[in-house]
Amino acid sequence: MSDILLIIFAITLLFMSISNRIFTYLNILIFQGLILFGVTLLTLSEINIINLVLILLETIVFKAIAVPYFLKTIIKRNKITREAEPYVPNFVSLIIVTLIIVITIILSSQIKDPNLDKTIFVVSLSNLFTGLYLIVSRKKIITHVIAYLVIENGVFILSLAVGNEMPMLVNLGIMLDIFASVLILGIFFNKIGDVLNDPKVSQLQNLKD
Amino acid sequence: MTGIFLIGTILIGVLLYLNKNTIVHYSVVGVYVLLLVVFGGYEYLHINETENLFFKPDALSVLLLFALCVVSLPAIYHTYKYMVIHNETPRPRGLFFAAMIFLISAICMAYVANNIAVMWIFVEITTLSASVLIYHHRNIRALEGVWKYVFICAISITFIYIGILFLSLAMKEAGIETFSFDALMAHAAQLDPFWLKLAFLFIFTGFTAKIGLVPMYTAGIDAKDKAPAPAGALLSSILMNMGFVGIYRVYAIISKTEIQSWAATVMIVSAILSIFVATVYMINIKNIKRMFAYSSIEHMGIVVLGLAVGGIGTYAAILHIILHTFVKPALFFQFNQVYRVYQSKNIYDTGHYFKYNKAGALVLLLGFFSATAMPPSGLFISEFLIFQSLFEARMFILLVVVLLLLTMIIWGFGSNIFKLLFTPPAAINEKQIPRISPWDSVTQYALLALAVFFAYHPPATFVQLIHEAVKLIH
Repeated sequence: MSDILLIIFAITLLFMSISNRIFTYLNILIFQGLILFGVTLLTLSEINIINLVLILLETIVFKAIAVPYFLKTIIKRNKITREAEPYVPNFVSLIIVTLIIVITIILSSQIKDPNLDKTIFVVSLSNLFTGLYLIVSRKKIITHVIAYLVIENGVFILSLAVGNEMPMLVNLGIMLDIFASVLILGIFFNKIGDVLNDPKVSQLQNLKD
Repeated sequence: MTGIFLIGTILIGVLLYLNKNTIVHYSVVGVYVLLLVVFGGYEYLHINETENLFFKPDALSVLLLFALCVVSLPAIYHTYKYMVIHNETPRPRGLFFAAMIFLISAICMAYVANNIAVMWIFVEITTLSASVLIYHHRNIRALEGVWKYVFICAISITFIYIGILFLSLAMKEAGIETFSFDALMAHAAQLDPFWLKLAFLFIFTGFTAKIGLVPMYTAGIDAKDKAPAPAGALLSSILMNMGFVGIYRVYAIISKTEIQSWAATVMIVSAILSIFVATVYMINIKNIKRMFAYSSIEHMGIVVLGLAVGGIGTYAAILHIILHTFVKPALFFQFNQVYRVYQSKNIYDTGHYFKYNKAGALVLLLGFFSATAMPPSGLFISEFLIFQSLFEARMFILLVVVLLLLTMIIWGFGSNIFKLLFTPPAAINEKQIPRISPWDSVTQYALLALAVFFAYHPPATFVQLIHEAVKLIH
């Protein structure tokens, strides 16, 4: 069951690579948060109940509700244009993301470790690299933030692989989530909205040599 | 003591943020300086004793703590000068001091942490507090600098976290329960090499954002450019050392396994690319502050090169990073005076600095000789030892390439510094130039002299500590 969810999770990445509007990205983020809720519930069966509830709450409240809602308000308040504005055509993006997934599958076939669930490995690594790809191929700052959240989701899945033995690591991952979201979204994005009306990277490109 | 230090830092930081009284601000900062020095001394006296489960100062942490204390005191003094000259209102001043104190304490904790997860948490805190320092001026350029810094550091922290996850997969096979560096080093041979390789790659890439190497060096450059110079001095010395500690401790684990030579190759590639990038920018750069920042990148490249080559290089790497910690802040502190004279960072607006500020110009000249590692600079000794290690490892082509790149860096650095010091400025209103007291340069002279002293006549304890730190590897 968790394998099916993880495969759907990987498919959302392909969808993300060809979507044109920022709100589609946000909806995908919400969907990913919901899948993470399911995967967590199915995978972390051995840790104590309070910790499990905490982690589940984080996935549903933080990843699926609070952060996407917050991003939506920012987009509306700052009147950011709804287009994602990629540097490359969507078709090329689709091919690159597909290649990323194929390469991680090939990489995972090298692993001889019986302890590791290979689906988790493939999905999390392809999330990581897709996130990095989205950062370099999109123009707007808000898309960069969304891509960073995609990376976070991938890392969260990877932490589930060792979650049963070391729940402390999953909690550290949650800390990372909250830290990054509070810092990047909370403090900064408000400020960027105040100083710039249409936050694009092109307006933050003056520091260079 | 770590507990007292942390609680003290938090109390002082909160007090600085809430209170607006000038006298309270400075007396509280004075208390912090005392606390920092006491902490440094205590850790030196209680070397290799575990405190609060997760903290254990070893030779490397004590050495770097010593350098941190030496640099932090003038940094706080110059911040005070900066605040007075810029007539800061109490609110931003309190915030700036609080952030600086949190930064220094978090770096101290990262030095003494004996657990990679705990160290990771303090690395996060440094990003947080450094971003406040960078955003001090609250204009669009500062916003850009801080945005890039925070974003890249967030990604780098995620990378370190992924590395820790892979490390935990490697540990699963070896049956290690804790993340302490001691346990990992003791059981290094049982760790699974495949996961260890992945873990090293991710942790190393993550720490490059802090130490300032290829691929993630970019964030640090903008940060040092936009942060006020005293903060820039801290960012380009003790914060970079924190990245070094992270890499050193992970490499110490790797050095006991079969993948040691592979990891060394990764580090050499990154180091050479860093020196190359620094050279490319240094020969064209016109912004003085960014030039200092790129010079730090070059030095970190040399340090990691020494560490990777091994032999005498490991000793030289530690010596080099400590001497660099003294030299680079001196240049950054001096930059504030340059800016007061010319009101510009651009090399084209400057000139004849000897005429306007003799003591400061001499600091820049000596700092130039120190930073480019010409004798009698202390860095000459450590750099020479690193070249010797390259020679002994029979990496002649690498040696020639590094020497060529360093020569180009000296040319780029020198042409800018000599323009600043000796050629006449394009247009300058001499009446507006403030008189700068020579006493403001005293700390810079002291730091440069320290670098020479520790290179040519190191105290026996100092050498002993470096040798102990070197023993962590192999």
